[in-house]
Amino acid sequence: MSRVPFYLLVGALLAIGIVLTIFRHFHYEVPFMPGEQRQIWEVEAQVNFDADNGPVRVDLALPSNQPGFRLLTENTASSGFGLSYLRDDKARHAQWAIRQANGPQQLYYSAQLLVTDGEEEFLAEPPALQRDIGWERPYDTAAREVIGQAHERSADAFTFTRELIKEFTDQRQGENARLLLSQYERPVLLTRLLNQADVHARIVNGLTLEDGRRRQSLTSWLQVFENDKWVLINPRTGEQGKPENLLLWERNGNAVLEVQGGSDSRVSFSMLRHNEPASVAVRNQFTDDTLLNFSIHSLPIEEQALFKTILLIPIGALVVVLLRVLVGLETSGTFMPVLIALAFIQTTLLTGLVGFLLVVAVGLVIRSYLSRLNLLLVARVSAVIITVIAIISLFSVMAYRFGLNAGLTITFFPMIILSWTIERMSILWEEEGPKEVFKQGFGSLLTAVLAYLAMNNPWVRHITFNFLGVQLILMAMILLLGNYTGYRLLELRRFQPLAKDD
Amino acid sequence: MWATPARLQAKGVIGMNRRNIRYIGRYNDRRLYPLVDDKLQTKLLAKRHGITTPDLIGTVSTQFDVKRVVEVVKDAPGFVIKPAKGSGGKGILVVERQQDGGYIKPSGTRIERVDLERHVSNILSGLYSLGGTPDVAVIESLIAFDEAFAAYTYEGVPDIRVIIFRGYPVMAMMRLSTAASDGKANLHQGAVGVGLDITTGTALRGVQFNRPREDHPDTGHGLASLYVPGWDALLHLAASCYEMTGLGYLGTDMVLDRHHGPMLLELNARPGLAIQMANGEGLRRRLDLIEKQTETRSVEARVAFAQQHFAREGELASSA
Repeated sequence: MSRVPFYLLVGALLAIGIVLTIFRHFHYEVPFMPGEQRQIWEVEAQVNFDADNGPVRVDLALPSNQPGFRLLTENTASSGFGLSYLRDDKARHAQWAIRQANGPQQLYYSAQLLVTDGEEEFLAEPPALQRDIGWERPYDTAAREVIGQAHERSADAFTFTRELIKEFTDQRQGENARLLLSQYERPVLLTRLLNQADVHARIVNGLTLEDGRRRQSLTSWLQVFENDKWVLINPRTGEQGKPENLLLWERNGNAVLEVQGGSDSRVSFSMLRHNEPASVAVRNQFTDDTLLNFSIHSLPIEEQALFKTILLIPIGALVVVLLRVLVGLETSGTFMPVLIALAFIQTTLLTGLVGFLLVVAVGLVIRSYLSRLNLLLVARVSAVIITVIAIISLFSVMAYRFGLNAGLTITFFPMIILSWTIERMSILWEEEGPKEVFKQGFGSLLTAVLAYLAMNNPWVRHITFNFLGVQLILMAMILLLGNYTGYRLLELRRFQPLAKDD
Repeated sequence: MWATPARLQAKGVIGMNRRNIRYIGRYNDRRLYPLVDDKLQTKLLAKRHGITTPDLIGTVSTQFDVKRVVEVVKDAPGFVIKPAKGSGGKGILVVERQQDGGYIKPSGTRIERVDLERHVSNILSGLYSLGGTPDVAVIESLIAFDEAFAAYTYEGVPDIRVIIFRGYPVMAMMRLSTAASDGKANLHQGAVGVGLDITTGTALRGVQFNRPREDHPDTGHGLASLYVPGWDALLHLAASCYEMTGLGYLGTDMVLDRHHGPMLLELNARPGLAIQMANGEGLRRRLDLIEKQTETRSVEARVAFAQQHFAREGELASSA
């Protein structure tokens, strides 16, 4: 049996992988290090609505250049709709129109935004004060009192706003505040109160940019003016200033989405960050995707976000192969640790470890009771799955009640895999005793943690996502490891008595 | 605590990776695995080749038939229920005798009819089978093991593992169950492994938990006096499993029955490496020698070849 074809295959994979990687590096100027580039956000807005079988007009507010972000390119996808970009004195809109449409419709708008470090402020004209604010009884008295209190504790428009928001936060929420909140939404209420107190203010809509997020919605922020200055204030916390990752999508106090001839309309956002040098970012406006530029970046953003994770799985697999073949670590279920590591990426390491141990420990206790019920295997594992879901729900609720928001991420655990892990560990416990369970559990967790550390490394994430050729190199490495006939690290200990001189 | 790879290499110790690629991957055709992974198939095959195996009492293959298991074992004084596709001794239930509708295990614990039925049901669901595939429960009669071994075992049946490489017996050991191993014959669970001289069938060396051992931990009987009666017949039986299965790297598990002599218990296409520990010797040198043999030999010639080349002196103090 000749090994020549094998080495030819490995050599070919390595060569193609390296050539692709180098080509991408030099031709497309994608750097090997994540640090040395400009960040680009790709943001995709997806408009959904049900058309009423007639003419439809959709107005979507569009973002424009602002401190921190420069708009590079924008694209839309909308089958059958006519599209025009409108620009009135301050704001930009995309307007889609169609003569006849029925049923659910989807419109897409995507923009590439370059992250800039521009500190310069953009000018904004303060909105006119709304003088005709009418309050019904008894809200008028409540509003006056809340304004009065905040006024006493403040010096200018900004501190006044902060104090006003404090009136509505949990700790200090008084009776007046509760009454007002029962009638008005918080951001609307705050602008009304500010206008009432002769402060120029309006609601603007911002998008918090987080890498790989999907189905996000806009959040409301207060823009408060005094003299020639303005600041952005978080209506939920009273914090002042614009967070670095906040993109102001609509900043003139107008509606973000208006649909005529349709109902049930909503807009949701997906976003993705990738790093490219500014020169490429500019060139991207013109180059079409050719076969040579075969890259994940030609996919819609929502799919790209998905691929960012998928492309990391081979790294996890490589870690498993290394630990199995070179170290000889025993795990419960070969690739279970990779899935756990993927969950760790969502939960962060410590929360993930605590959550995993809690779920498995409680699961084992309940499973030991189930084993006494004398059930068929499939029914028992299904029962364990439901138990795992119950445990996860319970922990989420408990974590939320105790104010541990990190506890909510426990839902990212792969529940079916966890159930099988519990089932297998339970059988292992019955047959081989707790020692073996701890040994395999420790092996699995160690593998998961190492896989997590490898997959969560910023450089690894950058390389796997930007260089598809790396996948071929990984493949070649795994094939080579599959050919390794030497000792495993743990065997050096296992067979140690045999190495003694007699 | 740790050995260097060079040192193990010099001693001819084989690691898992080498076993998997160099021997199992090269000499064991995947197509032939079902013959040994399914104990029922092995049994039927052995019968056709005139190799004795424990008597088959019956099989249960559907959940519907689980209630029938009591019927099946009614006339057997002692019996063993095992999953046809089990591995590593998992899911094997031994019942020594029946008493007032209950079943007594070798440890003396009594189990009831429901326990028996649940065990069979678990087997059918694939709890013990490779990959969790649905399985068949095989019920065999209990082995009346040779009295020669009574002093060397605790509860379980001592079995003899012989590695057959391309038809040649290369290394052998006896596995003695202990209290620590809960009557099971798996070395990693605490059974005592005793290396056996291929030429004579006498004990070479004993290990438990990777440590040298001179006597049985429960019975206290010295291991030096251990030898397998009818050794040549047993080796012939083991070596002929090569022709029967076509597998080049094979682990044969045998027992010595009081009435029927050597019997084949099961075959293993992925035999473990603990046999090296029990023999205090690496497999490499012996396997290399067999790989150099080009002429086709009969079973007798192969056994004779192995007995001539693999003779060894025991390391145990013969004070028993």
